[in-house]
Amino acid sequence: MIYEGKKRIWSEYQKEIPEDNYFYVRSCIRQNFFPASEKTFLDIVRNRLGKDFFETQHHTTCGGIAYHSDAIPQETVMTIIARQFALMTEAGYKNYACSCITSFGLYTETMETWKLFPELEAKIREILWKTCHKEFRIPENLAHASDIIYKFRNMIAEKAAYRLVNVKTGKPLRVVEHIGCHYAKMFPSRGVGGAEYPYVLAGMIESWGGEVIDYPERRHCCGFGFRQYLVKANRGYSLSNTHKKFESMAPFKPDMIITNCPGCPYFMDRWQYVISELEGKTYGENGYGIPVFTYEEVAGLVLGYDPWDLGLQMHQVAVEPLLDKMGIKYDPAKKYLGENGKYIGKPQMPRFIKCC
Amino acid sequence: MTPDINFGFGLSKSSRINLDNADNEKFRELAAREPDILKCMACGSCAASCSAGNFTELNLRKIILMLTRGAEKETVRQLESCMFCGKCILVCPRGINTRHLIKSIREIYCRPCAEPETGNGI
Repeated sequence: MIYEGKKRIWSEYQKEIPEDNYFYVRSCIRQNFFPASEKTFLDIVRNRLGKDFFETQHHTTCGGIAYHSDAIPQETVMTIIARQFALMTEAGYKNYACSCITSFGLYTETMETWKLFPELEAKIREILWKTCHKEFRIPENLAHASDIIYKFRNMIAEKAAYRLVNVKTGKPLRVVEHIGCHYAKMFPSRGVGGAEYPYVLAGMIESWGGEVIDYPERRHCCGFGFRQYLVKANRGYSLSNTHKKFESMAPFKPDMIITNCPGCPYFMDRWQYVISELEGKTYGENGYGIPVFTYEEVAGLVLGYDPWDLGLQMHQVAVEPLLDKMGIKYDPAKKYLGENGKYIGKPQMPRFIKCC
Repeated sequence: MTPDINFGFGLSKSSRINLDNADNEKFRELAAREPDILKCMACGSCAASCSAGNFTELNLRKIILMLTRGAEKETVRQLESCMFCGKCILVCPRGINTRHLIKSIREIYCRPCAEPETGNGI
C-alpha cells in the first residue's frame, strides 16, 4: 500500500523530455562565467548525438535578474518571455530548451501563471502585438539543458573517453551534485525527481562512473540568491551560505562538484578563494580547493574534449588535480592560450588557495 | 585572522547549534528537579502574557528552547528581568508551574552568582 503510494508520487516527478527538435536559448551570464559550456553543449547534442537544436541571434535575456531584484515588474518579464516564445514559433519549433536555471524557473512560473490567470496571458499577447507585432504559441515542452544531457547520459557514457573514476585507485570519484534552486524547488513536478530527490545530476554521475555524496547541507542554496550579491554590503550573506555548504561537505572529502545553474558554479568556485583569504582555509587536498564544474564541462571531459577548449582555465579553483585523477592528458603550457594560441594572461596567484 | 584584502564584506557567524557538542548536564539536572519542563510545547502563551517581556527581552518560551539545546549563556541572563508575578502560570495550557521553573533555572544555571567568592554578609 505504502509502496504503491510512493510509486505513484515518484511517477509524478518523472519528466517527459523530448528526443529531438529543440529551440535552444543561451544564458546571459553563463557565457561570461563559463564561456565554453554552452558551445560544448551544442557541439555534443548536434555533432556527437546528431540532434536538431536551433538558436537565433535575436534571443535576449529573459529578464530574470532584473525581476528577482525587483527592478522590473512581472508583466515586463512576461512580455520578454512572450517575445522569446514568438521567436520559437517563427522558427517552427515546439520544444523549448534553456541553458539557464533562472530562465527555466521564470518560464515555468510564467506558463503556470498564464494557466491560472488566462486574462493575464491575453494582456501580454496584446502588449507583445502592440510593441513587437509578434504572436506566439506556448511551448509544448520546456526542458532545461541539463534535462537533455540527463536523457542522453547513457549515450554519452557509451562514447566516453574517460570516466569519473580515479585511475590510480580504480575507485569512483566522490562527487557533490548541486541543483539550482529554481530548477525544482519552485515547481517540483517540472524537474527530474522533484525538489526532494532531484536526480538530474545524480543520474549523470552514476552513469559516468562516479559516486554521489550525500551531506547535511546538500540542498542548501549555493549563495547566489540575487539580492545577496547585487549589493556589495550584502555579499556576506552569499559568502556565509557557501561557507556553510563547504563546511558541511568537507568531511566527506569530495573530489569535485557538479552544478546545473549559472550562479552555483560561479559562487562555489569564486567564494572558495574569498574564504581562503578571510579564513586561511581551503577545502580540497594539499591546499587546493574543490574544483566546481558545469554539467556540460563534465560531459565534455568524459567525452574527451581538451580541458582548455572547455574553458577550464577560467575557473578560480585549479582543475588539474581532478584531471590527474581522471587520467586526462593536458598540456599545462597551453592553459593560458586562447584561440589561435593567443596568450590571454595569467592571473596573480592567491595567498592561500593553491592554483597550478 | 586578518585578511590582506578588504572585500567590503565578510563571513557572518553561523547560528547553527551542534547538538552533539552541546553540554546538557545542567538541563538534565533541571529536568530531574522540574520534570514538567519536558511538557512544554513552545506555544508561547507565557511569553505573550509576560509583563516584563513587554519591556525587556524576557521570553520564557525561547529560554526553554535554548536550554534544551544547551545554549544557556544569553538566555539565562534574560531571567533577571522576571518579577515572579506568576501570570505565565495562569495561561500555561500544560499546567507547568513556570514561576517555580524560573526559580529552579536561576538556581541551577546561576550557581556561581549565587555563591560569590567574596561574600559581603548581606
